Amino acid sequence: MSDDGCVIEAENLTKYFEMGEVEVQALRGVTFKIKRGEVVSIMGPSGSGKSTLMNILGCLDIPTSGEYLLDGENVSHLSDDELSDIRNRKVGFIFQSFNLLPRMSALQNVILPLRYAGANKLKDRAMTALEAVGLADRVHHRPNELSGGQQQRVAIARALITEPSIIMADEPTGNLDSKAGKEIIDLLLNLNRESGTTLIIVTHSSEIAGQTGRVLRMRDGLLEGGV
Amino acid sequence: MNLWQHFIESLESLTSNKLRSGLTILGVVIGVASVISMVAIGQGATASVTAQIQSIGSNLLYVSSSGGQAVSNPKPLTLLDVQALIDPTNAPDVQTAVGTLQSRATITASGTTASASVVATTADYAEVRSLTVQDGEFITATEVSGRSASVVLGSGVADTLFGTEAGLVGQTVRIQNQPYRIVGVLKSLGGGGLGSQDNQVIVPLTTAQSRLIRRGDSNRIDQILVQASSAGGVAAAQEEVTNILRARHGTRVGGDDFNILTQQDLLGTATSITGTLTLLLGGIGGISLVVGGIGIMNIMLVSVTERTREIGLRKALGAHKWDIRLQFLMESSVLSIFGGLIGVAVATGVSKVIANIAASSNTAITPVIGLDSVLLATLFSAAVGLFFGIYPANRASNLEPVEALRYE
Repeated sequence: MSDDGCVIEAENLTKYFEMGEVEVQALRGVTFKIKRGEVVSIMGPSGSGKSTLMNILGCLDIPTSGEYLLDGENVSHLSDDELSDIRNRKVGFIFQSFNLLPRMSALQNVILPLRYAGANKLKDRAMTALEAVGLADRVHHRPNELSGGQQQRVAIARALITEPSIIMADEPTGNLDSKAGKEIIDLLLNLNRESGTTLIIVTHSSEIAGQTGRVLRMRDGLLEGGV
Repeated sequence: MNLWQHFIESLESLTSNKLRSGLTILGVVIGVASVISMVAIGQGATASVTAQIQSIGSNLLYVSSSGGQAVSNPKPLTLLDVQALIDPTNAPDVQTAVGTLQSRATITASGTTASASVVATTADYAEVRSLTVQDGEFITATEVSGRSASVVLGSGVADTLFGTEAGLVGQTVRIQNQPYRIVGVLKSLGGGGLGSQDNQVIVPLTTAQSRLIRRGDSNRIDQILVQASSAGGVAAAQEEVTNILRARHGTRVGGDDFNILTQQDLLGTATSITGTLTLLLGGIGGISLVVGGIGIMNIMLVSVTERTREIGLRKALGAHKWDIRLQFLMESSVLSIFGGLIGVAVATGVSKVIANIAASSNTAITPVIGLDSVLLATLFSAAVGLFFGIYPANRASNLEPVEALRYE
């Protein structure tokens, strides 16, 4: 079922959780594809299974059943450490609360994924990534010396540095004021246009969803409108 | 991620909370310092006791009466036994032997009273026991044969009675109310370990037999001190003394009515006592080291909980379980190794202080901080850090990234 133009192929994904005696069906059979270079937003009310879907797409979790191919590689049945490798090479994360390590400078935060990759030329690559997000003059600042928008830019640089196949942004503007939020979205869309990295944004905002090429709406563990 | 990078990160993490890291280290510091200083003091005490035993004289054998119910018809040691032991034919390895009578007595001089042990012996005693006089002379053979009322004072007794150790020769002291003329004062032997070396007085054997320390048999003595001709001859001398005394006392095999103790026996006993003491002290220190280790574990567990999100993030960015485990193990080891190194420094200081205190109270204990105890304590503390880091590190590495990232 591999398709050359697709970076994500999800086939009938389900995810069940045991909550005490009750079994919660967070995903009840989700099938879709995302093409390389596409910008997709995932929307849906809380409890719709959107976070679960994002976790599986980001290889933070594996589906209970169904197949998930990321970049042509089936990642539905991998071990924890294998998933770590996949995340390291193929997924860049951007979180609502930035998740930068407070003890480290912007530069060190950006370098972190490369350390786990065992890569070299760390500083040069991190500098390039920070320049790409417009923070070349802030590289030695710690997160608490940066504004929210600047912190999220550092996080974007960290997501970009491993040249991943997809970037998963989970409510990337949720902790930012509207101006900074708009800048971040513009930056992400720009980077997508320049590098062609597939961008998946989980959001509540229909304004942001409107800027993406395609919207996946989740409801009750299923995609609205089928595919 | 390589070890060096983990090391640097652990330093950054630990220095970001200096007070907590410092307090955590303190437990290990106290543990290591107490292990090292306790062992050092123990070894110092061993050395000091050994030196004191060796200062008593060299190559000595102590022969005393023993027996009890197991021995039929025991015979006391006598001066004739002593004569028999000084026999180049039957006892070629015995250089000399002296008999002694011992008792405690009250000694007075010009209204001052002292209690001291009285040793009644012959002229050779000084040589056998390595005693030297600082003033006057030791008991002479003439005084022994003449039953003269002469006495040699130990330096401690002289101090107690006269407040000085000089110029006493010719004065009189009263032992059990009998007057004795002071003929000499002994040089101080120092050391309080075995007690009364300086708190003794020496009188001629014959004088004591006739009027000071009366035993039933006029020839009877309490102890014979035998000096072997060389260190290598101690065993042979012991054999010869045993044979001669068995023949003279007519004892059956296995029923000796005397007992021979060599200086090596004394040394062995003392060493085993101080060794046990060292072990005990070291063990107490070891307990505090374990307590310090538990402190590390406690803090590492708190740290894992606090940094749940960080762990989740690191996993999301591609950290393997092993990376997370190593990160926390590195932190606990760095804590304990630093604690160990500081502990060695503290132990050095503590030992110096204790050496000073010991010196000022006249018991020369020189604590010995050996490389072995330093290495052992440092390695042990590193092992403690690793051991008590394992559980928190495993807990951290087994966190699910999804759960950990959601943690508030």
